[in-house]
Amino acid sequence: MNRLNQFFNSSIGKKLVMAITGIFLILFLIFHLINNLMLFGGPEFFNENVARLESIKPLIRVMEIILALVFIYHTYTGLKLWWKNKKANPEKYAVNANKENSTVYSRTMTITGSLIFIFLVIHLYTIWVKYNFGMEGSEDYFEVIKIHFANPIWAAFYFIIMIFIGFHINHAFQSAFQSFGWSSKKYTPIVKKIGTVIAIILAVGFASIPVYFFYISFGGQG
Amino acid sequence: MSEKNIKLTLNIWRQESPEAKGHFEKFEKEISPDASILEVLDEINNHLEAEGKEPIAFESDCREGICGTCGFVINGQPHGPLPKTATCQLHMRNFKDGDSLYIEPFRATAFKILKDLIVDRSGFDKIQVAGGFISFNTGSAPDGNAISIAKEIADEALDAAECIGCGACVAACKNSSAMLFVGAKVSQFAILPQGQPERYERVQAMVKVMDENLFGSCTNTYACEAECPKGISVLNIARMNRDYFMAKLKTGTNE
Ligand code: HEM
Ligand code: SF4
Ligand code: FES
Repeated sequence: MNRLNQFFNSSIGKKLVMAITGIFLILFLIFHLINNLMLFGGPEFFNENVARLESIKPLIRVMEIILALVFIYHTYTGLKLWWKNKKANPEKYAVNANKENSTVYSRTMTITGSLIFIFLVIHLYTIWVKYNFGMEGSEDYFEVIKIHFANPIWAAFYFIIMIFIGFHINHAFQSAFQSFGWSSKKYTPIVKKIGTVIAIILAVGFASIPVYFFYISFGGQG
Repeated sequence: MSEKNIKLTLNIWRQESPEAKGHFEKFEKEISPDASILEVLDEINNHLEAEGKEPIAFESDCREGICGTCGFVINGQPHGPLPKTATCQLHMRNFKDGDSLYIEPFRATAFKILKDLIVDRSGFDKIQVAGGFISFNTGSAPDGNAISIAKEIADEALDAAECIGCGACVAACKNSSAMLFVGAKVSQFAILPQGQPERYERVQAMVKVMDENLFGSCTNTYACEAECPKGISVLNIARMNRDYFMAKLKTGTNE
């Protein structure tokens, strides 16, 4: 135990935690997006598929608990690293030359991560709680989303956060490979490109939903 | 003397002692574009001394980019704006007439400011003492070609061994992480046959001392590689991570 503890308290051990939990979260987001894009199949199609998930509810509950733990551990370790690094580097230079040597995505991981965390709490409170405890016998899950995004504030909020999720993942994907030690002259440029593609697909995919529903709330073709 | 002199405003960090509060002192200077920035500081110091004032404290030794002694931050960049160039190799022709420079020490909790532009980099020495070496029997020098090493491997090891321990990577990093330095020092032995016996002990010992000396944790921004005067690659950090995981799996040493 002592050895495990020492490992997870070392700077490199914490990086491994960030990388493993982060990749797990990216995998979740990919599944979540596939699921959400079913909204474009219309109310019946979407509602049928949500209802079908009822049959594997116990499995979903277990997955939700694992996901929550992973998410909390990722956030906790991320904030711990941020705090440690702030103490290691308390003073700024007179001239800010950050953009000469690093990307904005890499420098804003804690900010984008924290925004994602705040978003998630709100997202769970509004959609997840409604789906699980607030349907009052109705099975029209589609309608919930439709009403939610008819509100321009909600639509705009989701849209903006999805951009930041894209920022986070754009840096994070290749960063996880580097943390694992899987970097090489040959493959790292490809890994970076794949990360950017995943980030764009996830950001555009998720953001398309509030845009679409806000549009049909004006009576656009649904 | 090739071109005509340029006029620069130099704002230089002055700090009496580690505890004192520092500030920028302004110097207006007409400078030959052929002078190195250290020569400019030498000249300012000559004037200061002639006036009976305290000269600016800064470090240098070889002045040819190989010892790692020099180094400060110019306009937010360690070793100044030229890539892969140590401070002592930076000439004033890289600046324009009328430019304003802010010259200040490397800043990190692990690098305490001793005076003006001089910082205490003994944290690096402690990391090196913990494992930045190989052990072999003393006596007559071993035969240079007794162990054959493939050219690509030797090249990679020598690239890592180019690190001059200047500390610019720590100074550039928003987390003040020393991972590029330690990655280079671990890698130069990890890939050579001579480094194998102590390979896993070495990486654990050096990372432990790195963490104890208040260096931050890498978040892969790669600012270190961009500012390193020797162009040390962040692939060395990945190799160190890998070796560290292997060490934890394989050995029970250094608990
Ligand atoms: C859907 C949500 C999220 C995903 C998919 C995700 C994914 C990732 C991945 C893959 C990494 C790279 C790990 C590495 O550098 O080795 C990472 C890093 C990071 N994440 Fe997240 N993350 C998410 C949410 C969050 C949240 C809520 C926070 C809260 C503070 C956060 C903070 C950070 C920080 C600070 C890093 C950089 C740490 C480092 O590089 O050492 N992330 N994230
Ligand atoms: S890795 Fe580069 S920047 Fe860091 S100490 Fe070595 S030579 Fe200097
Ligand atoms: S004085 Fe030796 S590297 Fe600059």
